[in-house]
Amino acid sequence: MKRLLWLSVLVLGAGALVAPLAASSSSATTSRTAPVHSTTTKAPQAGKFLACMVTDTGGIDDRSFNASSWQGVQEAESATISGKYLQSTSESNYVPNINQFISEKCGIIVTVGFLMGNDTASAAKKNPGQKFAIVDYSYSPAIKNIDALVFNTVQDGFLGGYLAAGMSKTHKVATFGGLKLPTVTIYMDGFWDGVQYYNRQHPKLTPTKVLGWSEVTQNGSFTGDFTNQTKGEQLTATFISEGADIVFPVAGNVGLGAAAAVKSADNSGGNVNMEWVDTDGCVSAPQYCKYFITSVTKGIQAAVKNSIVTTAAGQFKGGNYIGTLANGGVALTPFHDFSSKVPTTLKNELAKIKAGIESGKILTPTRSPV
Amino acid sequence: MSENPTGPGGNGPAHTADPVQEPSGVEDLPDGTGQEAAKAAQPNVASSLLNAVLEGNSAVVTFLAIVTAIVIGGLLIAFSSPTVLHAWSHLFSAPGAAFSQAWDVAASAFSAMFEGAIFNPHTVAAAFHGGSIAAIFNPLSETAVNATPLILSGLAVALAFRAGLFNIGATGQFIGGAFIAGWIGFAVHMPMILHVVVAVIGGFVGGSITGGFVGYMKARTGAHEVIVTIMLNYVMEFLLLFLLGLAVFRAPGLPNPVSPPVASNATLPHLAGANLRINAGFLVALAAAVAVTWLLNRTTVGFELRTVGANPNAARAAGMSPERTWVVVMLICGGLAGLAGASVILGTDFALTPQIYGTYGIDAITVALLGRAKPGGVVLAALLYGSLNAGGVTMQGLTQIPVDITTVIQALIVLFVAAPPLVREIFRLRPRRAGEEGQLLAKGWSS
Repeated sequence: MKRLLWLSVLVLGAGALVAPLAASSSSATTSRTAPVHSTTTKAPQAGKFLACMVTDTGGIDDRSFNASSWQGVQEAESATISGKYLQSTSESNYVPNINQFISEKCGIIVTVGFLMGNDTASAAKKNPGQKFAIVDYSYSPAIKNIDALVFNTVQDGFLGGYLAAGMSKTHKVATFGGLKLPTVTIYMDGFWDGVQYYNRQHPKLTPTKVLGWSEVTQNGSFTGDFTNQTKGEQLTATFISEGADIVFPVAGNVGLGAAAAVKSADNSGGNVNMEWVDTDGCVSAPQYCKYFITSVTKGIQAAVKNSIVTTAAGQFKGGNYIGTLANGGVALTPFHDFSSKVPTTLKNELAKIKAGIESGKILTPTRSPV
Repeated sequence: MSENPTGPGGNGPAHTADPVQEPSGVEDLPDGTGQEAAKAAQPNVASSLLNAVLEGNSAVVTFLAIVTAIVIGGLLIAFSSPTVLHAWSHLFSAPGAAFSQAWDVAASAFSAMFEGAIFNPHTVAAAFHGGSIAAIFNPLSETAVNATPLILSGLAVALAFRAGLFNIGATGQFIGGAFIAGWIGFAVHMPMILHVVVAVIGGFVGGSITGGFVGYMKARTGAHEVIVTIMLNYVMEFLLLFLLGLAVFRAPGLPNPVSPPVASNATLPHLAGANLRINAGFLVALAAAVAVTWLLNRTTVGFELRTVGANPNAARAAGMSPERTWVVVMLICGGLAGLAGASVILGTDFALTPQIYGTYGIDAITVALLGRAKPGGVVLAALLYGSLNAGGVTMQGLTQIPVDITTVIQALIVLFVAAPPLVREIFRLRPRRAGEEGQLLAKGWSS
């Protein structure tokens, strides 16, 4: 009896193995460009412009540049544009994923992150007819069939630093990063500069100190990755115990740990707040919205969407795009819960500085070039 | 298969009580066919084969583990699809649709996976209409490319297992190898063939230094290799990040921590034209597997290694030095993992990045377990893993099923392989005597 049962299971198992192969050959007759797997979630329809995105290893739910890029793709979706993505589980997936999309004849292939810079460039050279966009990477010289989207976040980081210095009661603010990468330290440079600028503009006040980063030494605090929230919580708790009352984490998901530390400090009577990074914190982490003075964002979403939509309309640009305060590519978000708490004078000063940066009167130096 | 290590009999130290023969030995998971057949004293091949299937030797258990994992994976694919769930919500009004939807989704996923890993019939049709012939072999090429670093790093773990060491440090050794190989590749200028050979050897040396340090620590201070290798992984990961932060190791003019690409002289040559990614690294990996087999079964070092793995005390009593063996083994294992690093940097990725090590070091452990710590097994396990990885890309691309599902299938396979009693229970195989299987891990943790 047992053997019978065993045999039947084996036969079933063998059936499960063989059947897909049969299915594969039976589907061989249908067209290749429009996959026949129509039963699955996001099968694109033939004739639509296909926007294909290759994620970094973070995946589309990293609350950071992958998530923003994917939102951009989704916003671009319409009656004539459909979007899909391939997740990279490791760096060795980049090339196969790009090749997979080239074979699927995507209208544009969006790659996310500087780590894909070389692979995207070599794919673009091999396939001059294929259009690409890459987030957070630029080429010099620019490549004709790649839209390289980069963001000068030192500018809004500067505003964020100025705002933090203006809002701090303890005259100590803190920032930290996930990993010491240029895309991270450029924010921290801007934040540091903004605080120094505030101190110079208000010589009579106690100068505000920045914990966790110095543009001069290029040294500071990093948690070591963009995922371990516990480390972010511990580091933030340390900053708070050192007297910081505004924290600016530049560390993707690790920022949630910082928010947890801010919340527990707030529960135990401290008056601590923070600024979120990359995306509008009140949207991506709404549970902590009441602690977010503002968010220092970069407009990946809008830039990706724009790149896809213009390409679908036959107006692909190519070359490097740099997001700035002036073109809206980087920005401080609205103050949400803090709109009544931020003094009007401070708001006016921020507007003046923004105009100054846009016109080039106020310089925003950084050691991390875009 | 080293049931009877007769090879070294002549040149190795002779012992009457060969500890390698003990059934609890780490190196030989009982391979049922031989033993069972001998026990039953039945010369009939067919009946001993039937016996092997019904009792389940390790090959049968491994196969059943794979089948079980694929079936469960198929169910996961089917029931994570909204269309299937929708169909199942109308189970009683339209039961046929519910089942056929579930079947279609799983079948299309696995057929896409098959197309990406082994063979895609559409490419043949395309080739007849002026398409490229290379495209027909692209899935196999991708499988081989994915398998290459896994074979090498899997051997690094498997060989250590045989010596009774649990090498968690393939990641660190991989980084050591990738770094030296990459540095030779982009910073040194050499003539054509010489450059790639030197770079590959550099990869072996780089991994060897990292691995040898572990062996030395264990031999000299008695520090447990598990602790040392895990900590060394962190050291190497952050060392890599730190070094890539220095201008010397960074591509000129770019702020990102990415090294310049390796010179074309230093890249592993393509085996089948520029359109297929398969490269000489695959041959290096296969050669390494053969070399490890030879080392284990035909050399004094291999004999000492297996003896130390089976019982260090017996080895010591027989006049061998476990300490020396640990150092030698870890030098070789580190070198193998270093070769894996070299195969990636010189074969497919071409530039050092902060996360070049990927998950190879961790996958290596599962590949070694799946391959039952035997070189041939490791090659097969790595090919299976490689095909799942290669197929996963196509599956995700064509069906938009999250690629994580392939990771789940891989994990399930290893789970079932690592727990033979579970598979025996599921398939109602006759139980074996306790302690015969699953010794691999236990041995690694002791000593």
